[in-house]
Amino acid sequence: MPVTGTGRISRIIRWIDYRLPFVAQLEHELNEYPTPRNLNYWWNFGSLAGIMLVIMIVSGIVLAMHYTPESTMAFDSVERIMRDVNYGWLMRYIHMNGASMFFVLVYIHIFRGLYYGSYKYPRELLWMLGVVILLLMMATAFMGYVLPWGQMSYWGATVITSLFSAIPVFGQKIVTLLWGGFAVANPTLNRFFSLHYLLPFVIVGVVGLHLVALHQHGSNNPLGIDHKGPQDSIPFHPYYTIKDLFGLTVFLLIFSVVVFFYPNFLGDPQNYIPANPLQTPPDIVPEWYFLPYYAILRSMTFDVLGIPAKLIGVVLMFSSILLLFVLPWLDTSRVRSATFRPIYKKIFWLLVIDVLTLGYVGAHPPAGTIVVVGQLATFYYFFHFLILIPLIGKIERPRPLPTSIGAAVLGPGAAEAAGGE
Amino acid sequence: MRNRVFTLIAASALALAPGLAGPARAADQCTEEVALPHQQWSFEGPLGTYDEATLQRGFQVYKEVCSACHALKHLAYRDLTEIGYSEDQVKGFAAQFQVTDGPNDQGQMFQRPGRPSDPFVPPFPNDQAARVANNGALPPDMSLLVKAREGGPDYVYGIATGFKDAPANCKLGQNMYWNDYFPGHQIAMPPPLTADGQVTYADGTNASIKQMAADVTTFLAWASEPNLNERHRMGAKVILFLLVAAGLFYAAKRRIWAKIH
Repeated sequence: MPVTGTGRISRIIRWIDYRLPFVAQLEHELNEYPTPRNLNYWWNFGSLAGIMLVIMIVSGIVLAMHYTPESTMAFDSVERIMRDVNYGWLMRYIHMNGASMFFVLVYIHIFRGLYYGSYKYPRELLWMLGVVILLLMMATAFMGYVLPWGQMSYWGATVITSLFSAIPVFGQKIVTLLWGGFAVANPTLNRFFSLHYLLPFVIVGVVGLHLVALHQHGSNNPLGIDHKGPQDSIPFHPYYTIKDLFGLTVFLLIFSVVVFFYPNFLGDPQNYIPANPLQTPPDIVPEWYFLPYYAILRSMTFDVLGIPAKLIGVVLMFSSILLLFVLPWLDTSRVRSATFRPIYKKIFWLLVIDVLTLGYVGAHPPAGTIVVVGQLATFYYFFHFLILIPLIGKIERPRPLPTSIGAAVLGPGAAEAAGGE
Repeated sequence: MRNRVFTLIAASALALAPGLAGPARAADQCTEEVALPHQQWSFEGPLGTYDEATLQRGFQVYKEVCSACHALKHLAYRDLTEIGYSEDQVKGFAAQFQVTDGPNDQGQMFQRPGRPSDPFVPPFPNDQAARVANNGALPPDMSLLVKAREGGPDYVYGIATGFKDAPANCKLGQNMYWNDYFPGHQIAMPPPLTADGQVTYADGTNASIKQMAADVTTFLAWASEPNLNERHRMGAKVILFLLVAAGLFYAAKRRIWAKIH
């Protein structure tokens, strides 16, 4: 829909659009891009995650103006930000808790995709790009956590980078390369800072691709059925702009409660002790968003066929995410939404419980029943994706699908009338 | 170097071999953990604030007792104006300390009285000197103590008030003291608060051990989180603003969507 006004502004916009179709493109995406009319609030989390990415980049750039990535000064420079930089405490608490919030949003976004089958044809690449974003986020968050150079920063970095030593033949060389020496030290901090600044912009790039892929076939929807005609969709603006705005305000409320009233609730007190290479903390625990993977990593307590437990643990941990890349082909059901899949709906919630259990296990010292529970939960995680998902698609009898989104939402008669919207 | 590499390997092994890593849990009273009792703090909860009189009393306890061994390196003397001291009082206090400055135009380092802009002068020039003076133990810097311990203010208060005679069947190490709330119970710090009235409060408050412990804990909470009052005030405004905004956006959303329902 080209800009048609005759005023001066319209003429300028037309001049620009003729050469660089920026406004026209925006018009197209907001007003003409058809969005399913039945998206529920679980569809708010994608745009929320996008906004969170911007918040993280902006607060991060401000922090980087005051932070010193040098091992003897990093901890003190963070404290200086907290005490002497104007509103430095605010920037740092936003950034530090923002990382947690970002994972909350993205995890909900991912589970929404799992529930409503958003990874299925024709959105496989959209889903895979999302998994790439998750991996980049994990790397970024991990390296960011190292920067304050507290005890948990240092020992977390040590434990996680040491994982790569499990790789046969090259393991130790890779670890040395990651460290920039023979232990976690200043060179490690320098390269982590550099990469921590770089990766968010890579994420922005992949998010761009994620959006291009999204707009190719449009959003999935709670019914999981395809768009069949004008009665099924509404323009993104104003319907979803206002809905996203409301959702954003509610999210910001929750975020603000954390930042202003409980800023250290999600953190580990150990990280307010400067890094000390000679003193290991009593428990080395990663941030909460890594706990399920940590539980999977630690679940291997025995060698199998001469393969060391450590290597298997590392492979399992990475596979737990890499598995998501092939999920679109593991799932044999052609019905997307769990609403119409009675068995899948149940095992979806079992998976949620399983992942929460893994998180609980990851947070506790591995002893006694915790070890066994961790092993069972790890087994079930892979069982879900590798056995249940392919099998259930074959044996399940899905409930009948509605003929169209409009028919399901408005009733069969109203759908005709709404066609003219 | 070799040692450090071993520590690394041990740490990775600990992380990766959970079956073997769990330490045997001795349930006897010599090592058993005691739950920290919760105290009421004026600064807890979303609307909590530091009480200025408490902070000043706590500062007095820090100055007269703790500062003999514990540094407060992330604080500068000027920060004391935030707990109600006048600039002149702060100048006077800072001037009691000698600060190494320089080099001067002769290329010499020299001593001068402290200024408000100087960070708190530590009791020992370096960690080694601190250890030598304390039977090998290192008194931790107190600037972040409350944030750096599980239990926060309850822990600091617990340590300050938790000194007792060791139970008869528990053997204390040399130069160690029994503390109910210290992990493992054996602490190298001698009891810092030993008698009621150890500090004579300027405001006439009765200086019982519990009072001094609570006051210094509040002061240390402020030292580790000096912006709490401002943060809570700003938070209340932000929340109020967002509540109104959420209400407006919700109403707008209802109206816009009414057209297509």
